[in-house]
Amino acid sequence: MEITLRDAVTVVHGMFFGALLLLAFTGAAMGLYAVSTPVGRWNITPAQQRRLSLYVALMALLAWVTVLLGAYAVYPWYRAHPPAGLTDLSGFPQRLLMSSPATAQWHDIGMEWKEHIAWFAPISLTAAAYLVARYGAHLHSLPSVRRALVGLVALAFLSAGVAGFFGAMLNKYAPVRGGTRIVLMHGDSHDK
Amino acid sequence: MTSELSEAAPANGAAAAAVLAVAIGSLVLGVCALAGDASPAIAHVLNVWNPTGPLSGVTVLAIIVWLVVWFVLARVWSGRNLDLRRINLLALALVIVGLLLTFPPFMDLLQGK
Repeated sequence: MEITLRDAVTVVHGMFFGALLLLAFTGAAMGLYAVSTPVGRWNITPAQQRRLSLYVALMALLAWVTVLLGAYAVYPWYRAHPPAGLTDLSGFPQRLLMSSPATAQWHDIGMEWKEHIAWFAPISLTAAAYLVARYGAHLHSLPSVRRALVGLVALAFLSAGVAGFFGAMLNKYAPVRGGTRIVLMHGDSHDK
Repeated sequence: MTSELSEAAPANGAAAAAVLAVAIGSLVLGVCALAGDASPAIAHVLNVWNPTGPLSGVTVLAIIVWLVVWFVLARVWSGRNLDLRRINLLALALVIVGLLLTFPPFMDLLQGK
């Protein structure tokens, strides 16, 4: 069982960091709702407030790591130009997608949107983390700050969701692949 | 009730600065993405790191603008109470425009493609 280095980095970018970020939104949504709802709220202690702030700050950090790894490690492999005359485009995902009308829109809409919208997530989550740290215990009494915070987290979720969806689809039609082969496991097939 | 909860709520100026900075950064990202798509000359200028191409310049510029605007607004508005509802609405409008400008079919529409 093998995987290439580019596959591995892409998996870390999307299936580890990206998916973990998307999963983390449920915890953030529940925590922020519990502390900020005007009626029946969770009376948060200073220690719990610090942990909630840390949670959202770690989400922002995760979003930054995800987009930076995507833009500066995976994307250059994706958009690499093949040598003239090469017919096997499997190592050049962008060119492979653009070579067929059936797949060109995955690049023209999917990647072109993903590469930009993804950046809304770390930017808005950084601001959200700041608001939670500064206003966390007072969110229930500051409705406009609460709405701003919900908006920032929703924007981050939308952008991370769009980027994640297109990332998964792009990798189905034109996987980023190549580089050093990493052997994960040796062995024969059981189906003989 | 904790001692922290019994304190007066802090002024909302810092929140306004953070929210509006995100919105302006988002708008700059959208405008730069459109400009890079529409003009090869601008795309060349935005190509600050060749392996990533114009995306590198688009995002670096948006992040710089976002952080500078946040810093400046935080200095001006910190400790003040503002009409955050209006600032939220303005921020929402700017973010929607920024999002639309990154959406390729909308980019193409603006360029008459």
